[in-house]
Amino acid sequence: MYQYDALDREMVADRAAEFRGQVARRLSGELTEDQFKPLRLMNGLYLQLHAYMLRVAIPYGALNPTQLRKLAGIGRTYDKGYGHFTTRQNLQFHWIKLRDTPDILDHLASVDMHAIQTSGNCIRNVTADPYAGATADEVDDPRVWAEVLRQWSSFHPEFSFLPRKFKFAITASPKDRTAARVHDIGLVMRQGRDGALGFEVIVGGGMGRTPYVGPTIREFLPVDQLLSYVEAILRVYNRHGRRDNKYKARIKILVAALGTEEFTRQVDAEWAKIGEGANLPEAEVARIRAAFAQTAFETLPTRSEAFEAARAATSGLARFARNNLKPHKRAGYTIVEISLKGIGETPGDASSEQMEVVADLGERYGQGDIRVTHEQNLVLPHIKLDDVPAVWAALKGAGIATPNVNLISDIIACPGLDYCALANARAISIAQNIAEKFRDQDRAEKVGELKIKISGCINACGHHHVGHIGILGVDKKGEEFYQLTLGGSGAEDASLGAMLGPALPYEKVAEAVDTLIEVYLRERKGDERFLDTFRRTGVAAFKEAVYADAH
Amino acid sequence: MPTLIELKDGVAQVAEDAFLHVADDQDLAGGDVIVSLSRFQAEGESLLSDGRRVGVRLEAGEAVEALAYDLSRLALVALDFPKFGDGRSFSNARLLRERYGFKGQVRAVGDVLREQAGFMVRVGFDAFEPADGANSNEWQAATRRYHHVYQRSADGRTPTFLERLS
Ligand code: SF4
Repeated sequence: MYQYDALDREMVADRAAEFRGQVARRLSGELTEDQFKPLRLMNGLYLQLHAYMLRVAIPYGALNPTQLRKLAGIGRTYDKGYGHFTTRQNLQFHWIKLRDTPDILDHLASVDMHAIQTSGNCIRNVTADPYAGATADEVDDPRVWAEVLRQWSSFHPEFSFLPRKFKFAITASPKDRTAARVHDIGLVMRQGRDGALGFEVIVGGGMGRTPYVGPTIREFLPVDQLLSYVEAILRVYNRHGRRDNKYKARIKILVAALGTEEFTRQVDAEWAKIGEGANLPEAEVARIRAAFAQTAFETLPTRSEAFEAARAATSGLARFARNNLKPHKRAGYTIVEISLKGIGETPGDASSEQMEVVADLGERYGQGDIRVTHEQNLVLPHIKLDDVPAVWAALKGAGIATPNVNLISDIIACPGLDYCALANARAISIAQNIAEKFRDQDRAEKVGELKIKISGCINACGHHHVGHIGILGVDKKGEEFYQLTLGGSGAEDASLGAMLGPALPYEKVAEAVDTLIEVYLRERKGDERFLDTFRRTGVAAFKEAVYADAH
Repeated sequence: MPTLIELKDGVAQVAEDAFLHVADDQDLAGGDVIVSLSRFQAEGESLLSDGRRVGVRLEAGEAVEALAYDLSRLALVALDFPKFGDGRSFSNARLLRERYGFKGQVRAVGDVLREQAGFMVRVGFDAFEPADGANSNEWQAATRRYHHVYQRSADGRTPTFLERLS
């Protein structure tokens, strides 16, 4: 993992000191809330329905055990004993007092963490493949480039007051676990025929009111050209993105308005003027790369007798292994994904105790490496198969061995009406109701991969547009209603979901999902996923079944 | 009239403003003036031949490229911040310094608050008309909050990736 050096540490300490001063000025009344707002928003501090919310940055979703323990401790001392992992691989505390925030930032700084650029119209936390460095199918370690971008974008003097927030995602695997195509900039690493590495550059994807799957503006950008090229994109956006209407201010609107070709032409023209000098020197890339190369793998047999015996003997472990273990690039190792979608729980929430258990497991069995996924789960990327039984038992003891990764109850839901001032409707309890309906694990496994994503309003923080089943909360005369969309995907086969039909009342949503699943099971051919069946058959059969009662 | 703070060798000082901001419909008196881009485009030649120093004020939406051929004759470019969150003038400033090598004064005008002082200095501003009443000490402190910088920019500060090599 990347380790902060003295320079990185001083940056964070300087920020914490600056914010302490700003909070003091607010508490003394020298600053009004209006004046304070843009300052706190530069530090990830939001005023929500009931309290302040602090969003802590977890760059590319990577944590070490000390950091995770610190988050657990902050949750216990300053919040209600838990934290909420987000779709930007960050962590939010929802019950924070303003006067505590300077101390919290100092605590974070003590473990090289912060809340820098987790809000505001700047370049936000760069997300990356949570299986980076572990998965067999990557062409490079995307964390190297995510760290390059983290440093470049931190306190960027020119690009800290953009028209709107700006999000990067980066993956080096053909299986996209970052939703790169629905980001402001998505970078997908590719290997050229001569072995050279480059990025496919996708710009102007996004969700919200006007969702787009982003177009590719460059098929192959040599890796060493990354910073000059993104500088060109950001400059075109900073100068020409709309600032008169915040709903039209994201880069996707600029790209759509200019057209991909014209936007690309402007970026290329700017890029030509910027020149090579803006790229990062090779020595610094090498320094960063070295930091990620330190994982010490043992040479192990492919098959672990201990693991095989344990899973033959314990059906719970066998089920967990089927759903939550993913192939590792090294023989005898596996990637363990920890679902934070326990049935009846809030998606993405983890208690302080649970965080501590994961931290301990990461330290004892996982080379001190822990990840957060954009689907709001945790990952122990380097676990020996031999150790899986012990890891599983410890997770089970902490109530986080739910064997549902990528299954119907592995749901993304935004905070919705429970926390968010903008919400039309609850999102969390819809997720809970659906999970409850599919409590039967055999049935869930029979249904297979299914991504349900729920947003409490059109801002789409729950990514409903790219859910295989998307659920959007709408307000109908003060009642909570839900609009269903089908066939979306945020992965390499990205697409936006199509509307199913009229919005449904709160009580009907879980039932409707159940009906959709019945139709799928009836229609599917071979090992098609829900998404594949839907794409093949179209919406008619699904629509008819869900709205049958209404006729 | 807002206070003018100038940065000289990294030190922020309150300065006497030799320039007068002249609105488009205002008559021109003698002396050094700052005019809008459109007025400069109409009357620039005669202003410059008057033997006074001339500055141009660019709105955030006006591109610095429009001045490309005149910069060597300008004493000053003022870049406007219509509101705190509008960051277009950061790009204009940086291009003035890095792409056009402009050596005159680059002045921040409009909704200029100390919270952005550090960024402004980094992209090449060296004069400020603070809207928050900041004095030179407060301004100075705001520009010096961070000991290190991660990027190359117009201020020539050594970025971390070069510091690390030494
Ligand atoms: S989608 Fe709407 S309700 Fe949900 S978190 Fe975002 S703004 Fe709030």
